[in-house]
Amino acid sequence: MKYAFFPGCSLESTARSFDISTRAVCRTLGIALVDIPDWTCCGSTPAHATSDSLAVALPVLNLQKARSLGLPVMVACASCYARLRTANHRVSNDPEDLRRAGRITGRPYDGGVEVRHVLDVLVNHLGLDAIRAKVSRPLAGLQVACYYGCLLTRPPEVVAFDDAEHPTCMDELVAAAGAESLDWPFKTECCGASLSMTHSEVASRLSHKLLSMARTAGADCLAVACPLCQVNLDLRQADAAKAHGAFRPTPVLYITQLLGLALGISFKNLGLDALTVGAKNLFAKRDSGAVGFAGGKP
Amino acid sequence: MTNPIPWSGSGLLEEVRQRSGTEVSACFQCHKCSTGCPIGPEMDFLPSQIMRLVHLGAENEVLGSQAIWLCASCEACTTRCPMAIDIAGVMDALRIMAIDRQTVLPDAHGKQFHRSFLGSVRRHGRVYEMGMMATYKLRTFDLLSDVEKIPQMLAQGKLSLLPNRSGGIKGVREIFRRAEEEDRKP
Repeated sequence: MKYAFFPGCSLESTARSFDISTRAVCRTLGIALVDIPDWTCCGSTPAHATSDSLAVALPVLNLQKARSLGLPVMVACASCYARLRTANHRVSNDPEDLRRAGRITGRPYDGGVEVRHVLDVLVNHLGLDAIRAKVSRPLAGLQVACYYGCLLTRPPEVVAFDDAEHPTCMDELVAAAGAESLDWPFKTECCGASLSMTHSEVASRLSHKLLSMARTAGADCLAVACPLCQVNLDLRQADAAKAHGAFRPTPVLYITQLLGLALGISFKNLGLDALTVGAKNLFAKRDSGAVGFAGGKP
Repeated sequence: MTNPIPWSGSGLLEEVRQRSGTEVSACFQCHKCSTGCPIGPEMDFLPSQIMRLVHLGAENEVLGSQAIWLCASCEACTTRCPMAIDIAGVMDALRIMAIDRQTVLPDAHGKQFHRSFLGSVRRHGRVYEMGMMATYKLRTFDLLSDVEKIPQMLAQGKLSLLPNRSGGIKGVREIFRRAEEEDRKP
């Protein structure tokens, strides 16, 4: 199993641990990744909010580079994933978008390079049986609230590997890792995304709402698959508590970090030392053989 | 949505339809978008109100609203609209129109963030976050927010002092240049 990997800008900075853990998990599970040579930014929200041409052309440039590798593309960042999928959708369905993308990039591109998210690859291509067979240190007793955010499942005409309102693929992975995934209501509510930069009080309010609900549902930690969700929920916990009321600090881990632990990969090799709300306490009890979890401490 | 409502009362409605490729006229004010909008409490106009103002041709109110810049592009409205209107796409079209028309914005944080972000991409091919944040803070005179988080993020390797330039930088600059040309076409 082999994919062209599009890391995206966040995975080189704020989401380095998503990069490290995705690569470590894929290596362990036998998924070969080849980085798209000289990949560039997908444009993210600033492109689609200000220039319709850039919003299509920047992803297409990268998809053309992927085509030269002859491999399907795997993406970890939810925003990059949505932008690459949207570009494919647009050039495939609108002849004017197709022509314009060709004019801007100087090369034709028909939208034919397959783009999948790491969750989609793990659950629907590799499969849960293959993952279960490799789980050596199950996360028994850990209660996880899986948080999907916006762009992994919306809009469904563009992304479509799970249900838009009630996705389950991350829950299935958590269960395969031996932990318990919780039923909770805010799986696909927005965390505020880049409003974190421009209106941080909005991101704080939304983070508070999500984290308090996860706590009420009994979560020891949250699992996420998007760099912006992770930063907003992890880095803003102190701000959120200050503005909207105290709650117990809750570690926010990438799904690849949780899965990696179950696969026997070390804390350090999953970038788990770079969390703001630390996760060591979550696993201290598993590792000493006791049952039940005390929850994380900052 | 298959049957657009024939109505010639507003040039704004037609322009938004053309730019967003979605049929705003189909909105019958069910308010499902506003009910599910995570940013609703902070918006001056809710998404369904923006749709109605577009019907009414209220250009100044729409393009000068804070709502179009507060929209987080979470796509909940687009996903749930019973008339299949791409409401998040309409918000994009309105932001682009506000920039084109040089509308005076009640709050320029969103626009300045997007500018700073894309400026960084144009220079380096990828986002250089330290540089992008510095530019954004200077442009908005918002120098102090979140600076206390920077030392920790540097220590954890989440921010880098130097840009990580893509080998594909030449191609990116060319794309910015040609995209500007395309966006200027009528």
